[in-house]
Amino acid sequence: MVSALHIIRPGLLTTVQDLGRWGSQAVGVPVAGPMDPFSHRLANALVGNDSWSATLEVTLTGPEIAFEDERLVAVTGAEFDLLLGGQSVPSSVAFVVRAGSRLIFGRRLRGTRAYLAVAGGVAVPQVLGSRATHMLSRMGGFRGRALASGDQVPLGQTIPATWRSSDPARGEGGASVRLLADRHARVRVLPGPHRDRFDDEVFDRLQSAPYTIGTDSDRMGFRLSGPTLRSERDTSMISDATPLGVLQVPASGQPVLLMADRQTTGGYPAIATLVSADIGLVGQLGPGDTISFVACSRREALAALIAQERALMGVGGASRL
Amino acid sequence: MRLVPAGDSVVIAEFEDRIDPAVNARAVAVAARMRQAAVHGVRDVVPTFRSVAVYFDPLRTDYDALCLRLQQAAERSAAGEDSGVETRELTRRTSPIRVPVCYGGTFGPDLADVAAFAGTSEGEAAELHTRRIYRVFMLGFIPGFAYMGSVDARIAAPRRAAPRSRVPAGSVGIAGEQTGIYPSESPGGWQLIGRTPLRPFDPERAQPALFAAGDSVQFYPIDAADGQW
Repeated sequence: MVSALHIIRPGLLTTVQDLGRWGSQAVGVPVAGPMDPFSHRLANALVGNDSWSATLEVTLTGPEIAFEDERLVAVTGAEFDLLLGGQSVPSSVAFVVRAGSRLIFGRRLRGTRAYLAVAGGVAVPQVLGSRATHMLSRMGGFRGRALASGDQVPLGQTIPATWRSSDPARGEGGASVRLLADRHARVRVLPGPHRDRFDDEVFDRLQSAPYTIGTDSDRMGFRLSGPTLRSERDTSMISDATPLGVLQVPASGQPVLLMADRQTTGGYPAIATLVSADIGLVGQLGPGDTISFVACSRREALAALIAQERALMGVGGASRL
Repeated sequence: MRLVPAGDSVVIAEFEDRIDPAVNARAVAVAARMRQAAVHGVRDVVPTFRSVAVYFDPLRTDYDALCLRLQQAAERSAAGEDSGVETRELTRRTSPIRVPVCYGGTFGPDLADVAAFAGTSEGEAAELHTRRIYRVFMLGFIPGFAYMGSVDARIAAPRRAAPRSRVPAGSVGIAGEQTGIYPSESPGGWQLIGRTPLRPFDPERAQPALFAAGDSVQFYPIDAADGQW
């Protein structure tokens, strides 16, 4: 059946996200998508959705949401005190929300962004093949913006029989699939597309000490402060593509880590690129938190990604029983 | 051409390091070929001034096979196989897209500055902007924003010292030898010389973006009364 989530309080910044608006970067359309793709996928797997279903990304301060009908729900990523009808419910485990119940995000314990998946998925209209919100271009999600009090966010259809008969609290081990970054993350990098514009010594310096995330950081990117990474070569560059997780180095030498809402192109050289498996770790950080970078091989990057995929497949398999 | 990996899920084919229609034509042709090839796991193919970025799912794409495909596409473009008839199949259009512009006044608050830069009248500066057929080198910055060039050196005024926090949608600007149209309201530092009633980007249209890399564009003047604003 079709129903809606009623947003009583939206929290600081709650947006609809799916795995992103791919295929339109050639005409300048940013990809967007979850800042912690792993937690987004885990939440979907726990409630039996496919990984492309849309979830709500909750930032720092969580929402209060009323449910119209009975749904299987999971919250992953940042840990909050979760209250359902006054009772505490766990993170990273699927639970049933009865029709008319309210889910309240209380105190945040760890991490920056939580993902709320509901069986059937969030069913806002697709724009260019995606439901992801890109706020700057007012595209996708719920009317192109963050959720506000009074919004009624449409949900997709579910077939309740598929989960009603099973144990309501499932997906054991969901939380242990990956450790949650707590104010610091050590992440792996591969050389960036413009690595050859930097001396080896500068690439070493990137790994020499942690960087602090600046207050003017958002879903587009994190401004970092730490060891200065000046390019010894020509600093002017013809604009190039800007993949997720590249570390751009502007003239100041203080790098900017490009995240989900980045523009499709940019004119600063990129010294390094985060491995895909570690994007979600930095997605759990916020202003004032720190990041350490360590170089790895392509083989290590893929091994880490395969390990995550295996873990998610295990959860997905369990939730389909 | 060389292939540069950008992390574990993007590979970039780089051509000569300059802004040049011939170099850009290779990037556009290689991008078109890679889209046609529909390699398993490829998420996005993005041509820029002098490169093509291919985004892929590293768990579903054979990286070596993908790189080989890119090599082959680049070799064909270098051999000139993308010229003539084949180019027409690979790109969307052959004739210039004509864009009406109401120059000057409130729609083009910087036309006077651009005219002063050129040492000529506002009318002559606008005329210089309409005289050339521009190439769309790439899109970026915001959805539907096309980087076009190259404008006559006389009107190639540098960006404004202080960017505006709000540039209206449809504004036509100049930044050095580049010209472009702001598809939606946004901050911007380009010299605003006029405005077009066309909508360069509308996600609800069958073809959301009016322009694609490789297109050619010519501007022509209209009066404010001729446009639906």
